[in-house]
Parts: sequence; C-alpha cells; structure tokens
Amino acid sequence: MKKIEAIVRKSKFEEVRVALHEADIDFLSWWEVKGQGTAKQGLIFRGISYDVNTIDRVFISFVVRDINVEKSINAILKVAYTGESGDGRIFVSEIGQSIRVRTGDHGDESLYDKNNSKI
Amino acid sequence: MIKKYLKYIGLPVGLSMVLPVLTFAQDSTAVVAKAVEAIVPAVAASPVPFISAGNTAWMIVATALVMLMTIPGLALFYGGLVRSKNILNILMQCFILTAVISIEWVVFGYSNAFGSSTGFLAPYIGGFDWAFLNGIGINDVSPYYISQATERIPHLVFVMFQCMFAVITPALIIGAFAERIKFRGFLIFSVLWAILVYNPVAHWVWSADGWLFKLGALDFAGGTVVHINAGIAALVMAVMLGKRKLPSGQHITPPNNIPFVVIGAALLWFGWFGFNAGSGLAADGLAANAFLVTHIAAASAALSWALLDWFINKKPTVVGISTGAVAGLVAITPAAGFVGVGSAIIIGLLVSVFCFFMVSVVKGKLGYDDSLDAFGVHGIGGIWGAIATGLFASPLIQSAYSGAFAGNPKQLGIQLIAIGATILYSGVLTVILFKIVEKTLGIRATEEEEISGLDITQHDEIAYNDAD
Repeated sequence: MKKIEAIVRKSKFEEVRVALHEADIDFLSWWEVKGQGTAKQGLIFRGISYDVNTIDRVFISFVVRDINVEKSINAILKVAYTGESGDGRIFVSEIGQSIRVRTGDHGDESLYDKNNSKI
Repeated sequence: MIKKYLKYIGLPVGLSMVLPVLTFAQDSTAVVAKAVEAIVPAVAASPVPFISAGNTAWMIVATALVMLMTIPGLALFYGGLVRSKNILNILMQCFILTAVISIEWVVFGYSNAFGSSTGFLAPYIGGFDWAFLNGIGINDVSPYYISQATERIPHLVFVMFQCMFAVITPALIIGAFAERIKFRGFLIFSVLWAILVYNPVAHWVWSADGWLFKLGALDFAGGTVVHINAGIAALVMAVMLGKRKLPSGQHITPPNNIPFVVIGAALLWFGWFGFNAGSGLAADGLAANAFLVTHIAAASAALSWALLDWFINKKPTVVGISTGAVAGLVAITPAAGFVGVGSAIIIGLLVSVFCFFMVSVVKGKLGYDDSLDAFGVHGIGGIWGAIATGLFASPLIQSAYSGAFAGNPKQLGIQLIAIGATILYSGVLTVILFKIVEKTLGIRATEEEEISGLDITQHDEIAYNDAD
C-alpha cells in the first residue's frame, strides 16, 4: 500500500480529479493550501503591481494498492503539467496498515470494492 | 519611473482642451439662473419664511442617504480593503462613530459649528447657545438656506442633515490608520478631532459668522470641511503612527473582500446624491444641477481610473474603478452647486489622474503607510475639487459666483486661502491630538495585537467563522 500526495495548481485540480477518476481512483481527499516556491502570483492594487509571497495550490492525498501506483502517478503527470515554474510535486510513501471502518477489512481489501474488481 | 507615466497624462490634458467647448455649448442653452446666495442666516426678508413640505420631504430623504454613506457604505468600502483579521475593527470604528458623534452633535457640536458667538471666538467657532438643541422648536424654520429664502426646511432637519456630515468626516480618516490602531485610542482621538477640528472648520466655512465664509470661500457640500480636513488628518496619522508590520519585502496587502469594496463604493455613490443634491437645502433646480454633476463626475472619474489601470498595468481592476468613482465624488463635492455638467466631466477625468499618480507613485516614493489611501483619495481629490471650484464656478448655476474661467481669478486665490488654512489647522491639531492620546491611553497597537489581528485582540470576535 502506498500513499500518494500531490501538490498541484488550483487551476489544474479539476482536470486532475477527472484524470484520476478515469484511472479508477475514486477515493481521495484534498484541501486548499498556501505555499511558497519559485513561482510568484502577481496582483495589482491601485496602480501598483505586486507579488504575494504565498501561492495557492491544492494538496491531494490518497492511498492505493501497489499495483495502482504507476497509473495514478501517470494520470496526475498527464494533466497537471504546464511547463511553467510552479507545476507542483508528487510524493509516494509506504503505508503500514489500512482498515475500512464499515467492514473491518484490513490491508489491500480495505482499499477496493470486492464487488467491483476494477481497482 | 515618472517618465513611464508622463506619456499618459497627455490623454486627459488633451480632453480638457476639447471639453470646455462642450461646456459652453451646454451653458448657452441654460436659462438665466436665479440670483441666489450661499448659506446665509435669516435676515428680515419681507416674505415670512415657512416650512415647505416638498423641501422638507426631500431633505429628510437626503439626510438618510448621507447616513448610508458611513454605515454601511464607507464601512464596507474600507472593510473590504483590509485583511480578513481586521474587517470587524473597521466596521466597528464606522459604527461607533455614527453613534458617538451623533450624541456629541446634539450636546454641543451643532452649536459650536453653526451657532453664533461673540468676541474673539466669533469668526472661528460658535458658542453654546444651541447646546442640547436648546431653544430649537419643532416648528422653527432653518436659519440656513441656499436658494430658497422663503420655502425652507425645519431647523431640526438641518441639524440632522449636518449631523451626518459630522459623522462621516472622522470616519474617513479610518482609512489611514487601518490595521494598526488601538480601539480606545482611536475612539478618543476621533471624538477630540470632531470637537476641536471638524466643528471649528465647519464654522469657518459654512456658518454665517465664519471667517472663510465671509472671505467668500466656496464649498457647496464639504470639499474643504469634510475631505481636505479628513485627508490631511489622515496623512498626519499615517506618518505619526508609522508603518504596519508586514512580512519582509511586502508593502501591499491583498484586500480580503473586493465584492464588499464594490458594494461600499456603490453605496457611497448612491448616498452622495443626498450629500451633494441635499446641500442646496431644497428640492429645486440647484439640487437638480448638483444631482446631475455629482453623477457625471463620478462616472467620469471611474472611467478615467479604469483606463489608467488598463494602459499602465494592462488590466482594468475592480478596486481601481471603485476608487476612481469615490475620487470623482470627492472632487465634485465643493463644486456641485457652482459648476455645469461639462466642467463636471473635466473635474472627474482629472481627479483620477491626480489620485492615481499619488497612490501609485508618490506614496511609494515618500514611504508613508496610508493603508487605504484616505489622503491619496480624499485629501488630493478634495484639494483638486476646491481648486476646480475656483476655476470652473459658473454664474449660470448661481449668478453670484464665478470662477477664474468666468473672469473672476480672485475666487481661485480665496479657494487657495481656504485650502491652506484647513491644511495648516487640521495638520497641526492632528499632531497635537495624536501626541495627547499617545501619551495618555496609547494609540498604536502592539506588534502582537497587529499580527494577531485587531478583530480578535480589540473585539474578541472573528468575521468569518467555519463553525456550522
């Protein structure tokens, strides 16, 4: 089991969500975050252009079985890319255990629907 | 840097060459205006003045419109511009001034501003004859009028109308010290300022005993008394309080709610119809002219600011067009009862150029932190409006008053004296009052209060709560 976390542009989040859905990843959490990096967000206030030192991004997090890691990453890479500074990062980490609260299933079984063998 | 902007100044200057032609075209069709005088006390005119139902009805509505300018108009305009941790503090400042200045006004403020006095105080401040509105009955006619000497309004309506002006003037200063002032320090400063600065200056310009009134200074609806007065106090406060503590390298904070800024600016525009068209104290042709020029100057200035944004920063901005509209309203305020619609367009187009230049170039060079540009918009716009009144005043609007372009350059000199006296008095008194409040109650918020936000530290409240 792996946890995949991705930081993507706010403007690309909808596409990432659709791409993950098409890759059969239907369970994910996300939250809006502020961060800093090399990218700047330019704004104008009463005739003065300025950069805010925080940039808005969406942080996505989900856990998949090992066999789904590669296609999840590819789904994100395909649509989150613009080529400009600030496209974001993907992190993959080990997950020790997973338990589905409703059924009490442990491990891989807790991560997919047994009646729907797609994932 | 300055060179970059100079090329854009050609546009409004070019327009100002063309527009006077339009002005004269319009003026030639105007009917001969009635001979009228500025605010004068009741003299024993042969027809006995009485309360006109029509004028009274309009002035009650106009008074209510002016209240709308402070809360919620100015409150939302300023509240939307600050960061979300300070919006309630701004709303509270506007709200409490509405309450406390109104009380001050009936206790002795009205008497100080519009009452008569004797001796050495006479041209500078009124006495206490009308304290607690003593002796003003419900059926008394207003001693003040503009063009309608006979068909007047109740004295109490005039008291209320002027009360709203007394409320909004200290509220305008809030923009300069936003996000870094202790609430109690703010409150004491504002009340002292209203008593010791607003009331005397209102007396100078509008009271029949006032020295600037006697000199012939023209200020139809408060360009000098309200906007220059508050604008200069704003500059002094911004400089003396010092800059906000912002993250290093940051000079500007993004507004927390630009839709509020738009609602606030639109409510100011709407309320300003009462402010300016009500300042004729009657529902007549002069009010119609003030109504028209107020609207057209605001429209011109909004457009002009949006175009400046578009040319200089490549995008027209929403905060920009809202600021432009307010600047236009400020500039037309002293002129509304003296100029025609062609002049209003020029006044509006140019005020945005001056204010834009002030807030985007000069402020940055001088380095003071006027958080929401109270000086840049109200001070600069007010000074331009007072000068413009001396330039464009047309005898076709009120036959007794002409500006430099109508062959009376002396008027411009009088306007400059009024501007200079107000700057000097408001500037010096604001320094003194700041020092008094700083030494006694304290006025600058601590660094911790500023960083945590004034909403939570001054009021124990948070504007936007997640709890559902």
